[in-house]
Amino acid sequence: MTIPIAFSCVFVIEIIENQASFLDNASAGWMNTNDAVSGNGNLKKMNMFNAINNAMDLALQEDKTALLFGEDVGFGGVFRCSVNLRDKYGNDRVFNTPLCEQGIAGFAIGVANTGATAIAEIQFADYIFPSFDQIINEAAKYRYRSGGLFDCGSLTFRVPCGAVGHGALYHSQSPEGYFAHTPGLRVVIPRGPIKAKGLLLACIKDHNPCIVFEPKTLYRAAVEEVPTNFYTSELGKADILRKGNDLTLIGWGTQVHVLLEVADLSKKHLGIECEVIDLVSILPWDRNTICNSVRKTGRVIVAHEAPYTQGFGAELAACIQETCFLQLEAPVKRVTGWDTPFPHVFEPFYLPDKHRCLAAVREIFNY
Amino acid sequence: MLRSLSRISELPIVVRQLQKSASAAQGGLSKTSTNNNYATEATIEVNRPFKLHRLDEGPATTVKLTKDEALKYYTQMQTIRRIETAAGNLYKEKIIRGFCHLYSGQEACAVGMKAAMRDVDNIISAYRVHGWTYLMGVSPNGVLAELTGVQGGCARGKGGSMHMYSPNFYGGNGIVGAQVPLGAGVGLACKYKGNGGMCLALYGDGAANQGQVFEAYNMAYLWKLPVIFVCENNNYGMGTSSERASCNTDYYTRGDALPGIWVDGMDVLAVRSATEFAINYVNTHGPLVMETNTYRYSGHSMSDPGTSYRTREEIQEVRQKRDPITSFKELCIELGLITADEVKAIDLKVRKEIDEATAFAKSDAELAVSHLWTDVYSNNLEPKLRGPISYNLDHIQERKGVNH
Repeated sequence: MTIPIAFSCVFVIEIIENQASFLDNASAGWMNTNDAVSGNGNLKKMNMFNAINNAMDLALQEDKTALLFGEDVGFGGVFRCSVNLRDKYGNDRVFNTPLCEQGIAGFAIGVANTGATAIAEIQFADYIFPSFDQIINEAAKYRYRSGGLFDCGSLTFRVPCGAVGHGALYHSQSPEGYFAHTPGLRVVIPRGPIKAKGLLLACIKDHNPCIVFEPKTLYRAAVEEVPTNFYTSELGKADILRKGNDLTLIGWGTQVHVLLEVADLSKKHLGIECEVIDLVSILPWDRNTICNSVRKTGRVIVAHEAPYTQGFGAELAACIQETCFLQLEAPVKRVTGWDTPFPHVFEPFYLPDKHRCLAAVREIFNY
Repeated sequence: MLRSLSRISELPIVVRQLQKSASAAQGGLSKTSTNNNYATEATIEVNRPFKLHRLDEGPATTVKLTKDEALKYYTQMQTIRRIETAAGNLYKEKIIRGFCHLYSGQEACAVGMKAAMRDVDNIISAYRVHGWTYLMGVSPNGVLAELTGVQGGCARGKGGSMHMYSPNFYGGNGIVGAQVPLGAGVGLACKYKGNGGMCLALYGDGAANQGQVFEAYNMAYLWKLPVIFVCENNNYGMGTSSERASCNTDYYTRGDALPGIWVDGMDVLAVRSATEFAINYVNTHGPLVMETNTYRYSGHSMSDPGTSYRTREEIQEVRQKRDPITSFKELCIELGLITADEVKAIDLKVRKEIDEATAFAKSDAELAVSHLWTDVYSNNLEPKLRGPISYNLDHIQERKGVNH
């Protein structure tokens, strides 16, 4: 088949740019997002896995009922997030489970049912599907179905997700959209160390079952000055990372960093001022921040790694047109992974990278 | 070149009887028929006894081994070891990226099972399938090229380490335990079609604790499916030892009502004998569980050095005392089935083949970008791919599956 010329040009650029590894690109493309932190205290340089480790350390220290478990978690986990915590808090609080995600989820829900705090790790988001039934049918509905007598609110799942360079089909997916369809859950995705710690602690404190999807390519991507004390980030609140009047760009997790770069490129090459918003919370999501921005700019692009159809961008697009129809200058655009399984060697072509996002910026202004 | 017989008692397999057949009886084997100094067939007793669960009779403990078989098994095991060594090196050179799980140490399991399999039989496995892919008919080129993600790979570079397939081989699988019910389904199809085939459903000691494994046991037993549930117990599920992960580490007994066999997975002949027995059993009685007790030398994956949860001494000891290739080679030499020269010739041939395959895997081209959207659906439910802004991409079906 023939590929349209513009399309092949984009690919050529990508091929050149993707000579370096994905992780190198991610760290090169890292944008410090100057998180506003509600807590005070000392700052320490931490990357995202250090910050998550620090958050769990504080949670275990503060809450004697808190338990932390998952596959290989006792050794620190495959991404080192729980390193040294077993030594510090003992085998009975930080421990390995067998490889059985459905069991891990059910077990965590049971722990949380008693009012104790459960922090469970599903080693890769791609492995969460065996536990899907437990999370959707048990965790999310416990409070409702018992008329408020029981809940599993003190339950938090930590779930590494997203593209990592060469993860292929089962170590790359972003399943936030599936969970966003389930009332009763909270779903959040951090963009960096400060936010990861704040969100995780907020989820642990929150009285609803929460899922923190942690973009695994960010674990070691960059270092931020993270407060060492206990602090939380507001759940359900989007962050405006850059102000602009021409176009609203919405993303979460790793994609936020892509969009910040797209905002730079748009300004430099097209003279377009983008407002960049990190949605942070997928469920529930911050309608006010999004719609206020769209009413101002009249144009919006949503970008995410998950596939196009029924990706969370679809919900945003539907809601935006419902709320801001008269202010829109162009239809809401979505730049996403395509409707294919997550590909192995074609990952650079699958991801909604800066080139595809920038092409969408041009198109939305030519509408 | 024969070593003293006292050496044999140190081997995992004890020689009970050594048969030298007359050249007349082995007319088809020119090599042996012209050289009476070497045996063409031997009878061997399996050293580590089988353990049985709910079985009155077990596999044959006395097995025959011909020279041709000996050469074949040795070549296969050595090829798998070389493929894995090459894969490990390619990973370290960053030519293989992402995930890569090596089978080194476990070769006798796959080679022993394959030796017993018939053309109608099937197999499905999980993470460590590079060796199985080769045994099921894919060349080392096809295996290593799949790992490096180039078009000469057996899944055209679209799958990678855990995702390799060939006829009767339903692949690796990236989700722990997910392949086990699939294997039971393949067994159901064999029974329904009445083709006499069966399916080996392989999983590790880590996956043995997944709930769906037990669901599959139950259904297979109810419907008397020709399925051998094979637990390849290499003692560690990722970084957790089997004792820490399983309430019952006698995996061959965990099928409850299903009979089970424990077999020394470092002994290719024991695995072959157990599999022959199991194939016959499942085709007449229904499923059973076979545990192959084995060991992996590498970490779980390339990012796991494999030494934080076990000692280097432990690995070294297995390498020295129980290595499936070394022990088999020594046995065959002791029996006079293979000469040291033949071993050397095989080693050289295998090395050359894998070196060439490595070079191919490094130099072959990647698949064209249009293959990103091929083979998503059969006959393409919708003509255009959704998602790519402004590009009207047609869904393409490239090849018809081997199962149609």
